[in-house]
Amino acid sequence: MMFAVTAVAIMVIMALALIRAFMGPSVYDRILAVNMFGTKTVLFIAVLGFFAGRPDFLDIAMVYALINFIGVIAVLKFVERIAEEESADVDGKEN
Amino acid sequence: MEQVVDILSWLLLLAGSFLGISGAIGLFRFPDFYSRVHAASVTDTLCALLIISGLVLQAGFTLITVKLIIVLLFLWYTSPVASHALVKAAHYHGLKPLLSDSNEDEVKEEEVSSKS
Amino acid sequence: MPYITFIIISLTVFWLLLSGFWDNGLLLALGAVSVALVGYLTWQIERQHPTMLSTRILLLLPVFLVWLIGEIIKANIDVLKRIWFSGRYPVEPIMKSLPMSQKGALGKTIYANAITLTPGTVSVDVVGDRVLVHAVSAEGIAGLEEGEMDRRVTALEGKTT
Repeated sequence: MMFAVTAVAIMVIMALALIRAFMGPSVYDRILAVNMFGTKTVLFIAVLGFFAGRPDFLDIAMVYALINFIGVIAVLKFVERIAEEESADVDGKEN
Repeated sequence: MEQVVDILSWLLLLAGSFLGISGAIGLFRFPDFYSRVHAASVTDTLCALLIISGLVLQAGFTLITVKLIIVLLFLWYTSPVASHALVKAAHYHGLKPLLSDSNEDEVKEEEVSSKS
Repeated sequence: MPYITFIIISLTVFWLLLSGFWDNGLLLALGAVSVALVGYLTWQIERQHPTMLSTRILLLLPVFLVWLIGEIIKANIDVLKRIWFSGRYPVEPIMKSLPMSQKGALGKTIYANAITLTPGTVSVDVVGDRVLVHAVSAEGIAGLEEGEMDRRVTALEGKTT
């Protein structure tokens, strides 16, 4: 029972984070919301493991925590490069 | 004894859920990107700590507890690095923070002095 | 080689705790291979980029972590008040560059990460001996300017050359 309540609460948090990711307004807001969605997924998997009586899920939660971090950093690098190219283009036109 | 532990973990899980939902609502109530980072960091730190401790109380002294603590450590090591990278990227690409009036001039001076 | 010994021991403990099988020959052999591989790679990296990890930091880190958790709980309550009672506790973002007294890269990293991990303050950039901090209110900055966290991290770092 208590795990179900917690799982539902975490799902509400994830839904709110997703709405923020859709709303934006800047691309950094979106990445922030997606990062929060990912960390909540880790907690969700852990709670779900207890709810289903299968604590093996914790291994998946652990791997997910690391993949989420690497994914956010990778997306950030990508966005950064695009922003740099755009600003380089603007500079080129101005000169 | 067992009931005390159950009630305690109930309370921890509920408090963690409440904190998480508050952080998610803060994501909407705070005015700009830089403040929203603070709201998100509430859910990353204390919410995770409370929920994981609630689960630890349920698991008792087993390998599962060790794994839960490792999950928490991973979250706590990675979340500041991710938010720092995010804020730094936003700052470098000129996303202007919304600041209270007295602070605005100070930051401008700071930026001028650091660039020269 | 205290560093590589420490890596080997901690990786072995990590494998044993995660796998949970302590008497399965195949799994133990696979674990030994992984530990040897990661140990070798770490040793190669360490030779090119020495980190000067001291045992002092490892021993003192738990004390610092316990203190940090207390700080995190206090800061969380403060941000919570700003979320729910935005009338009485307004959000007044502020950005300021603060001095930091750590000398080594590791000390600076720990300090900047501790600032970010505490809700209400985020370290934006580290330039030389100064860290640019964004805070949700002036009180957060005042708490950092008081310098207790700075002192504690410097004590943790100790004397590095």
